[in-house]
Amino acid sequence: MSLASHFSYWVTIFLMVAGLFIVIARGNLIKKLVGLAIFQTSVYLLYIAPGKLIGGTAPILAEEFKVYSSPLPHVLILTAIVVGVATLALGLALVVRIRETYGSIEEDEILAADLADGETEAGR
Amino acid sequence: MSAMVLLAGLGVPALGAAGIAAAHRTPNLREGVTLATAAALFACVLSLLPGVLAGERPRLTLFEVLPGLDLTLAVEPLGMLFALVASGLWIVNSLYSIGYMRGNGEAHQTRFYVCFALALFAAIGIAFAGNVFTLFVFYELLTLITYPLVVHHGDDKARKGGRVYLGVLIGTSVMFLLPALVFTWHLAGTTDFRAGGILPAGLSDATVVGLLALYMFGIGKAALMPFHRWLPAAMVAPTPVSALLHAVAVVKAGVFSVLKVAVFVFGPEMLAGQTAWLAGIAGFTIVAASVVALSADNLKRRLAYSTVSQLSYVILAVAVLAPLSLVGAALHVAAHALGKITLFFAAGAIYTAAHKTEISQLDGIGRRMPWTMGAFAVGTLSMIGLPPAAGFVSKWFMVSGAMAGEHWLALGVIAASTLLNAAYFLPIVWRAFFRPLSAEAAAHPHGEAPLPSVIALTLTAAGTIAFFLWPDVPLALARQMLGAA
Amino acid sequence: MSLAPHLPALQVVLPLLTAPAAVLLRSGGAAFLLVTAAAWGAFAISLGLWQQTAGGEVISYAIGNWPPPWGIELRVDRLSAFVLVLVAGMAAVVLPYCRQSIEREIPRDQHYLFYAMFALCLTGLLGITITGDAFNIFVFLEISSLATYVLIALGRDRRALVAAYQYLIVGTIGATFIVIGIGLLYLTTGTLNLADIGTRLPQVSGERPVLAALAFLTVGICLKLALFPLHQWLPNAYTFAPSAVTAFLAATATKVSVYVLLRFYFSVFGESLVFDRLPLPGIMLLLSLAAMFVASAVAAFQDDLKRLLAYSSVAQIGYITLGLSFDSQSGLTATIVHLFNHGLTKGALFMLAGCLVAVAGGSGLARLAGIGRAMPVTAFGIVLGGLSLIGVPGTVGFVSKWYLVLAALEKGQWWLVMAIVGSSLLAVVYVWRFVEIAWFREPPAGLPADRRLPLSLQAPAWLLVAATVYFGLDASFTVGSAAAAAEQLLGMTR
Repeated sequence: MSLASHFSYWVTIFLMVAGLFIVIARGNLIKKLVGLAIFQTSVYLLYIAPGKLIGGTAPILAEEFKVYSSPLPHVLILTAIVVGVATLALGLALVVRIRETYGSIEEDEILAADLADGETEAGR
Repeated sequence: MSAMVLLAGLGVPALGAAGIAAAHRTPNLREGVTLATAAALFACVLSLLPGVLAGERPRLTLFEVLPGLDLTLAVEPLGMLFALVASGLWIVNSLYSIGYMRGNGEAHQTRFYVCFALALFAAIGIAFAGNVFTLFVFYELLTLITYPLVVHHGDDKARKGGRVYLGVLIGTSVMFLLPALVFTWHLAGTTDFRAGGILPAGLSDATVVGLLALYMFGIGKAALMPFHRWLPAAMVAPTPVSALLHAVAVVKAGVFSVLKVAVFVFGPEMLAGQTAWLAGIAGFTIVAASVVALSADNLKRRLAYSTVSQLSYVILAVAVLAPLSLVGAALHVAAHALGKITLFFAAGAIYTAAHKTEISQLDGIGRRMPWTMGAFAVGTLSMIGLPPAAGFVSKWFMVSGAMAGEHWLALGVIAASTLLNAAYFLPIVWRAFFRPLSAEAAAHPHGEAPLPSVIALTLTAAGTIAFFLWPDVPLALARQMLGAA
Repeated sequence: MSLAPHLPALQVVLPLLTAPAAVLLRSGGAAFLLVTAAAWGAFAISLGLWQQTAGGEVISYAIGNWPPPWGIELRVDRLSAFVLVLVAGMAAVVLPYCRQSIEREIPRDQHYLFYAMFALCLTGLLGITITGDAFNIFVFLEISSLATYVLIALGRDRRALVAAYQYLIVGTIGATFIVIGIGLLYLTTGTLNLADIGTRLPQVSGERPVLAALAFLTVGICLKLALFPLHQWLPNAYTFAPSAVTAFLAATATKVSVYVLLRFYFSVFGESLVFDRLPLPGIMLLLSLAAMFVASAVAAFQDDLKRLLAYSSVAQIGYITLGLSFDSQSGLTATIVHLFNHGLTKGALFMLAGCLVAVAGGSGLARLAGIGRAMPVTAFGIVLGGLSLIGVPGTVGFVSKWYLVLAALEKGQWWLVMAIVGSSLLAVVYVWRFVEIAWFREPPAGLPADRRLPLSLQAPAWLLVAATVYFGLDASFTVGSAAAAAEQLLGMTR
């Protein structure tokens, strides 16, 4: 058990943390979504990598193939990718609408505008 | 058969409330419905009396809320006494309200009468509660229903008074009474009121004292210090509300619950030797509230603190635990109600006729309002505990009980408070009849209050004296409570 | 062929099919009828499933006849049936309300899309509750979440967009945490079937990945169920979403997340792992108490009725997780029954708030000054719901509180009893803040003269108010189901 033999986990963890960091640290709504996508991608790797056996192939029932990689993670992640794409698309669509109404995609400017909205409503 | 009458006791005021709301366009009809409802309710309660005196104990389970926890109505002598007092005085009070509300041109009168009927609904529910859970349900209901009555004027003062009222009553009941209820259920597996108590034997002293404390402070309506503040705060309400609710229904619901819990949940045997602290707090409340009353110039405020003090008589009697004291406590529920409602009626009549609220303004008013101040004097006698008024009867039993139990603290407190009562009530009577009219008052002539109000307060004053002369029925009921225990 | 054996599949498929149909119809009215009919159908199915499982049997349905653990399994036990009844029932009640409500809040050309999204959201929530497959939970979770983001963004205030965006970010992080946890479980046990994972976990040699999975799942699910302090997304989302959406989400979305938490804790990890190996009960207890006190206190300072109610939701979720942290029959009963009771109460409250919004034009408390005099009936309904939040007897809130206090007493922890009842006093404060504003202030001049509300707004709201009172007086259905479900859950691991 060495660092090298688990390198795929290290990559996963790096992507995970990097993605999460971008989501939290960036004020730009698009960059946040990019971070989110990276974060999700790390999960794809988490599932796929352990399913791969070195020398394994797709599960084809034939004499010459003896070692199979598990196909299930691939199927699962296919679904997860679809979900990820849908989330990203919806997020971007929301950003477009936010840009239309607020004229900005910077979080601090939007929050300032929200605060102003709230105060006009409270009649102050 | 009598089980159906029990249900009617709840149904009549509820239907009455609906009828009052429906008749909101014609005030005369509306008031007619109120009076008719009150009379019907009293008739209902009265029809149960012979049976209860003969030893019948009707019981009716409405429905089960949680497994083993049901809404149950049951009649026993103490509840009978409370129901009689509350429903009987409601008739008189309705009469009085008509005079007061019209005389002062109050707004939202329909809401007022509807809430009043609903408050009686809750009070009857408390009187006939067959277990602690049912009592708790109607107890909370009574708090919520009386809130609109307390804040009737809808101004800033009312809002603040309402906050204190609700804060203290809901606060104590949720903080202490609810845990006490759940704890009782946890310990006993039931919350039924049963003669001799329901708690299992062998509880540690700390548990008994802790649970008793939760109940005593949780029943905030009994106004044990330091949770008495709601009572003076609720005086922002129109006087009929103060009269019925804060001399009869609400506060009596409080001390009634205290008695019920002490006698039927714990049982005198379990409490023996555990109540010294309670006697101390009740004694302190009696004396301290009297001292505050002594310094209050606002008439309703003085009456409020007098109520705080009088309520603790009942708690003190519970703490003394002697059978005679408990009889006295039960009688005091009725006796104080009669006396105090008379005093409140008088205060309201003075406000309606002369627009006076402070005691210092009452010089010579007795000559202009002889009926009112005469009734006030009778009420005063009852508060002090002098014959020929109701207060004497209950105090007699409480003093005898304290003597029998050799409870010197209780005796001392009763003696001291009797003097204090005299000190803060008699000067009002003296002032009203023997001091000359002030120049300011002489410039504004006025007569008696509206006729319905005068009739009402005369009736309750007469009732106070009648209670002294013929205490047989209440006494029989109070004795039966113990016989059952 | 009888339909009865296929009820579990139909439970999900019925609302799922209406979503594309609603889009194809391109008409608000037709979509409304279709989705409403599907919701009532789903409600009927859920009642059927509840009845079938009431005796304690567990329905297992193999999708496509692939037997579990290889195929995806739908699995209905008492707990899931009870939650299904709540979710489908709330959808069935809220949908008739939607018609008039979104008429006032959403442009008409988007109505059919609204119903499609609603159907998807319902599908997702039902799917999460009924599935017996871990990855399937994630998929349904994302279906319902994506639909929810869209529904929130449909709010007429522009801040709804930002609220939806924030919820999207937080919700996706939560869902990703969940999928990481599921992945770790899959890697250690080699299966995705929940029951199968449960039986295989005790044989797993290394404990660390399992504990990591537990941690990831807990955090992810707690994000979705808005456990304090992971609740930041909730107030904005509830405040700016269309009223009907808020009512539905408040009544169901967080409740389903609680269900997922219970499912993972008791059916997968098992009590001993969750409650003995990690300091989870302690942490959950503290966070629940913080939610009960902090969120209630914050609610008392809000300037907007919907936001006030949203913070109250965060506080009430504290009660739900508090019951869980006791790890006892009474505590779990309290959790499950409060999940249902609070769903009813908050659904009613947000619907009535929506009625006020329909007349007053907004939910800011300044706009609602004097509304109690202008619209006494609706405002009175809000007070009734508020009493249930406080826990006054005769309302469902009391039933929940009863079991919570009982659970604390059974543990002999008096300070917790006092904390539970003490926090309900904070509820008195925020409910009475509304009362004082609604009755002690003069109605503003700008209130429209015609304040009549259409029946379709009032009837569903009052139906729920009536339910909060009814189930407060006769709790045999709610407590009976919850206690039986708790027993079954605890029996799985003991």
